[in-house]
Amino acid sequence: MHFKARVGEKLADVKLQSALKKLQGNFVKGRADRITELDNFHEIRDAAAAIRDRTLANLDVYLDTFERNAKARGTVVHWAETHDDVNRIVREIAAQHGVRKVIKSKSMVTEECALNDALIDAGLEVVETDLGEYILQLAQEPPSHIVAPVVHKTRDEVSDLFAEKHNAPRLTDIPALCREAREKLRPHFLSADMGVSGANFVIAETGSTLIVTNEGNGRLVTTLPKVHVAITGIEKVVATLEDVTTLLRLLPRHGTGQSITNYISVTTGARREGDSDGPEHFHVILVDAGRTKLLGGDMQEMLRCIRCGACMNHCPVYQSVGGHAYGWVYPGPMGSVLTPTYVGLQNAGDLPNAATLCGQCHVACPVKIPLPELLRKLREQQFELKLKPWFEMYALRAWGWLAQHSWLYSMTTRLQARLLKSAADDRGMIRSLPFAGGWTDRRDLPAPEGRTFRELYRAASKNG
Amino acid sequence: MSARANILARIRTRQGKAVTPRAAEQDKVAQFIAEHPQSPRPYVDADLVARFRDRALNLTTSVEDIASLQDLPAAVARYLTEKQLPKTAVCWPDYAMLDWAGQGLQVEGRPACDTDLVGITGAFCALAETGTLMMCSGRDTPATTSLLPETHIAVVSKSRIVAGMEDAWVLLRRDIGTMPRAVNFISGPSRTADIEQTVTLGAHGPYRVHVLLIP
Ligand code: SF4
Repeated sequence: MHFKARVGEKLADVKLQSALKKLQGNFVKGRADRITELDNFHEIRDAAAAIRDRTLANLDVYLDTFERNAKARGTVVHWAETHDDVNRIVREIAAQHGVRKVIKSKSMVTEECALNDALIDAGLEVVETDLGEYILQLAQEPPSHIVAPVVHKTRDEVSDLFAEKHNAPRLTDIPALCREAREKLRPHFLSADMGVSGANFVIAETGSTLIVTNEGNGRLVTTLPKVHVAITGIEKVVATLEDVTTLLRLLPRHGTGQSITNYISVTTGARREGDSDGPEHFHVILVDAGRTKLLGGDMQEMLRCIRCGACMNHCPVYQSVGGHAYGWVYPGPMGSVLTPTYVGLQNAGDLPNAATLCGQCHVACPVKIPLPELLRKLREQQFELKLKPWFEMYALRAWGWLAQHSWLYSMTTRLQARLLKSAADDRGMIRSLPFAGGWTDRRDLPAPEGRTFRELYRAASKNG
Repeated sequence: MSARANILARIRTRQGKAVTPRAAEQDKVAQFIAEHPQSPRPYVDADLVARFRDRALNLTTSVEDIASLQDLPAAVARYLTEKQLPKTAVCWPDYAMLDWAGQGLQVEGRPACDTDLVGITGAFCALAETGTLMMCSGRDTPATTSLLPETHIAVVSKSRIVAGMEDAWVLLRRDIGTMPRAVNFISGPSRTADIEQTVTLGAHGPYRVHVLLIP
């Protein structure tokens, strides 16, 4: 994972840059407009954070309660410690029910597991049915956003892709492209024998799983095939129907700028006696795969995350480089926290530094996760584990020593300020600096006035 | 040890707790669930029908008032003619006995299949806050009727319009008792904004949702 290495390429990508502009307009403005519909937004947001903390504080008891209530309604509950375990369990369920074709609605956990590849290797046909995910499956690309997976692609690219893969006339109108995908996918919905979905939440009180969708593919995936498998992280459990209701007021507003998504589907168990529809078998897989590592320490707050995407929509770094630069499933500030904890700090390269710590993500987060604070903690851990480049380690250590020696510090800074002033051109700007090309290659550095803050302060207090 | 035991033990160890939960922890959780208190809710205007109508229209759901259930066939016929849609439909069994043929409609009371173009349903209740329909699956309320056809027509009784989702759960606990297999909240026609964030109606579900309000 080399965030820095990918950044240059992404900044130079004209199509990507135009696609990212739209995201800011729609999602950022949409959120701002929609939260004004809630007269007591701040109270609701506080309640949402408390609701997430409630289940995290007694996570094992809530999971156990969920399992008990789910089983009582005929749901089969599985537990997966690793991504490989998830893939193995899904393959076993498929074999058990003689499954040949699997349809999927969008699920980030299955992206973590690379489930599609595992199922295809086992000889199954896998079809993504969320329009964005379907486009990515055709293009063989990973998602670049957790809510709008195909945000990096333009309409033109989709037109080309459909014409080529569907072997059909090239359509350019967006509704016509959507109609084309609908007609291609309907037969798959009707012929698949297993539906795989995520779950935005699982509800302990009722043993239910809940998904939010706009397209309706989630409803089809959880209604038509004879087997439904819902896969989700252990942190997604909430206590009651009332608790989930509060979260549902915030998730769509922060995700897509909608007051509510088109569909909220709560499923509890398999088809009942007399029911004319619904799956005959319902399985839920509760996934750890690194999540427990976040518990009980500095990082527990991260598990409040409801995957709305607001932090990336509001992040100036994400807005400039898009999701693929982050190198794994989760981009943006939440990804920069999650990836190092899931895949290991030593494998996550410069991700904790892929933020300006401007604080926008914290402000935008519906469950008040202090993302900048968490990133700062990860940077500290990187330093402690000596995962920083040697020159940065030495520079920081030298600075630390200097800052502890007041007279030396004051002398050095005085010298520096004078030196920098003398390096300025006649506009008072410095055009280039040795060893600091990163600062001056694309812009000029305003030179200091010549006296340090401490000098000015001392002079002012004398006069004052 | 099983994956389940490992995960639960890891959770407890990470949080500095003894390996098995104490009775007090379990009681606390059980009590909270039994009480299921509501969190702060946003203000919703007192006129629930007006609010529902306003929000539903915002979601591109169309809304029309009819005097009684007996007027349903005529209203459906009018709507289908106006939209130049086919005069055949499927409906929930409860509505199968209405005089559809008298209005020149061919309506069957059975679950929908892929080729059905119009689905007529009732609703468990509706939410004024967001203009949403709540559907509970069951023997006489198949979920496919509101899902597979391109046009979904729903009959909603004004007396079943509640302020918000919390009130819908109250009704569900009172009227049904346990969770149905599927509870679906429907807020307008299905849509996608995946291509260039341009909102397009009719992704995989209905292209249009028409609500008929009865007293
Ligand atoms: S961290 Fe917060 S803002 Fe980001 S995706 Fe999670 S809940 Fe949304």
